[in-house]
Amino acid sequence: MKLTVNKEEVFASTGGRTFDKKKPLIIFLHGSGFDHTVWMLQTRYFAFHGYSVLALDLPGHGLSKGESLTSIENMAEWVIGVIEVLGCDKVSLVGHSQGCLIGLECAARYPKIIKSLSLMGGSGNMAVNPILLSLAKKNDNKVVTLMMDWCHGPAGHFGTHSIPGMSHMNIGSALMTKKSLKHTLGVDLSACNNYTNGFEAAEKILLPVLIVLGDQDKMCPLKAGKKLTSIIKNSEMHIIKNCGHMMHLEEASKTLVILKKFIKLNYSTS
Amino acid sequence: MDPKTFKFNTKTLHSGYQPEKNAGSRAVPIYQTTSYMFEDTDSAAALYNLEKGGHVYTRLTNPTIAVLEERVAALEGGTGAVATASGMSAIFLTLMTILETGDHIVASSSLYGGTSNLLRFTLPKFGINTTFVKQRDTEGYKKAIQENTKCILGEILSNPINELMNLPAVAKIAHEAGIPMIVDSTYQTPYLCRPFNHGADVVVHSLTKWMGGHGTSMGGVLIEGGKFNWEQNDKFSSMTKPYEGYHGLSFTEEFGPVAFSMKARAEGMHNFGPTMSPTNAFNILQGIETLSLRMDKHCLNANLMVEFLSAHESVVWVSHPNTADYPDKELANKILPGGKGSMIAFGIRGGKQAGEVFLNNVKLASHLANVGDSRTLVIHPASTTHSQMDEKTLELAGIPQDLIRLSVGLEDIEDLKNDFNNAFHITKKTLAKNK
Repeated sequence: MKLTVNKEEVFASTGGRTFDKKKPLIIFLHGSGFDHTVWMLQTRYFAFHGYSVLALDLPGHGLSKGESLTSIENMAEWVIGVIEVLGCDKVSLVGHSQGCLIGLECAARYPKIIKSLSLMGGSGNMAVNPILLSLAKKNDNKVVTLMMDWCHGPAGHFGTHSIPGMSHMNIGSALMTKKSLKHTLGVDLSACNNYTNGFEAAEKILLPVLIVLGDQDKMCPLKAGKKLTSIIKNSEMHIIKNCGHMMHLEEASKTLVILKKFIKLNYSTS
Repeated sequence: MDPKTFKFNTKTLHSGYQPEKNAGSRAVPIYQTTSYMFEDTDSAAALYNLEKGGHVYTRLTNPTIAVLEERVAALEGGTGAVATASGMSAIFLTLMTILETGDHIVASSSLYGGTSNLLRFTLPKFGINTTFVKQRDTEGYKKAIQENTKCILGEILSNPINELMNLPAVAKIAHEAGIPMIVDSTYQTPYLCRPFNHGADVVVHSLTKWMGGHGTSMGGVLIEGGKFNWEQNDKFSSMTKPYEGYHGLSFTEEFGPVAFSMKARAEGMHNFGPTMSPTNAFNILQGIETLSLRMDKHCLNANLMVEFLSAHESVVWVSHPNTADYPDKELANKILPGGKGSMIAFGIRGGKQAGEVFLNNVKLASHLANVGDSRTLVIHPASTTHSQMDEKTLELAGIPQDLIRLSVGLEDIEDLKNDFNNAFHITKKTLAKNK
């Protein structure tokens, strides 16, 4: 589905169903350098079970036009802009990595609109390794190999994708290299690195929050996720064993089971 | 700082499999089953609707075959792979995933006989036609592209004459026309060539050959590179628009870099059913575990046979990228840095009759239709693999009547030379007697 936000064309996957404003809306937010397809194993379920789903491509990413947004705060305002364009007054947000930071900022700023928040591989801050930042800004493909290495746990390194025959690492690489690294991943990593308001935002959040962590996550270590959980008052945490940063793909079924239970309880269709 | 992702040899042994998810079994188990228990009705519906991954029915997916698919995808650098019953079914599945009635293909005229026959006679029955271009005529591919052309199809080294396609240049032509470059890389395996690094968008293998490597099991595979933009034009609407053939699913929207392989499986494997057997998948996995060791030895033996044949009085000509007069040496070094493969074509002195006597008198080399076995194989293409071609088509494919195709195996080289020397000697004597 295409829509126009801030005069730029935006793409959002609807999970295989036509967007229906009458149904409760769930918005999925991808991580740095990725696009909507990382949610391929979560969106279709919700779209076919009573929800309207939008897996957004952030500006400059995937099929969305425009330039990448340079700060988490701008990304949060942009997401709220999408919700306004749709004419919706409430939404459940699901974010991965950078998407978690956007979700935290949205939830702290707009508690009347955001009704529940699900954070995959998230923390309150995400200081980025300076080598990664530098490589991404130089358009050096080595950043992608390093990210794939650090993003994935055993399922990524050895294989065993939920969808038979698919390769975690090569899918991730293909997504990241689809557009200029400097203009997508590089901008995103800088935005994550510069964002400092996550834990303050988390303190303000009273709505139900789900935090899903991988015990082998090198991008967002377990202790950072646990710290975030301890700050958010109405939060529940799930740790997936033998899983890296890409839990929504590496352990897609387990992630979906956790997400289904949380969203059905806290953001029902009835 | 270097990434700690697995390198090639480690991938040949481990990619796609974790013992702890399979009762600790160190070897990949053979899941000899047709179907898989659903957890409940919701789960069954979710699997059918592609809401989650998993196995339903072995015609579509199977855990043993999935290990093979993921391993091959990892080795090639692809986003996804779909294994099939044979190399030919992999080619058919690839083409049927993107082509419709009225479409057009540009292909090398030097394709394997079966592929050539598919394009010349079978696909036209469904309104899909092909323009053939000589393997090395790079500009010819550009000139052959029409409004309705949907892909360029080629083999890196032609079968059986060993002409090299300028893959980077031809792929560029395809991309400028907004269509994918499809490459059959059977002769190379991912050990000798990584076609995605040279512009290919879909790679096809007959796994029956060097990948399996022991002449025991049939299989094929298609692998998706994940970088081709199917949405850049309206040529691939069954992938980019809601597709009636699969509940209105838009494959590119939902699955992005695996859209092609998802459609190949969800539509093609479901509707055509060219399924690999799980036992064959296991056998091919055994072969892949030693791929680099075998390919090094295949290439070494082939180089020694090129030297032997080039100097032999009974041989008129030899074609292999390592011959002194090979026309595309620089390109071969660029595309095939790890070795030039173990297929040799040579012309025997005395023409077709000499070829027949030679083939009837080799003892160690096996006269049969396969290539890429661990054992050395020989055949006379004009009377066998390419026999469906008339003289004119054979000429276009560059297949002379005196050509003998040699697939060099892993035997001790002196034994091979002795076998060939003996057969050449008998051939010479027989031809002299018949004069």
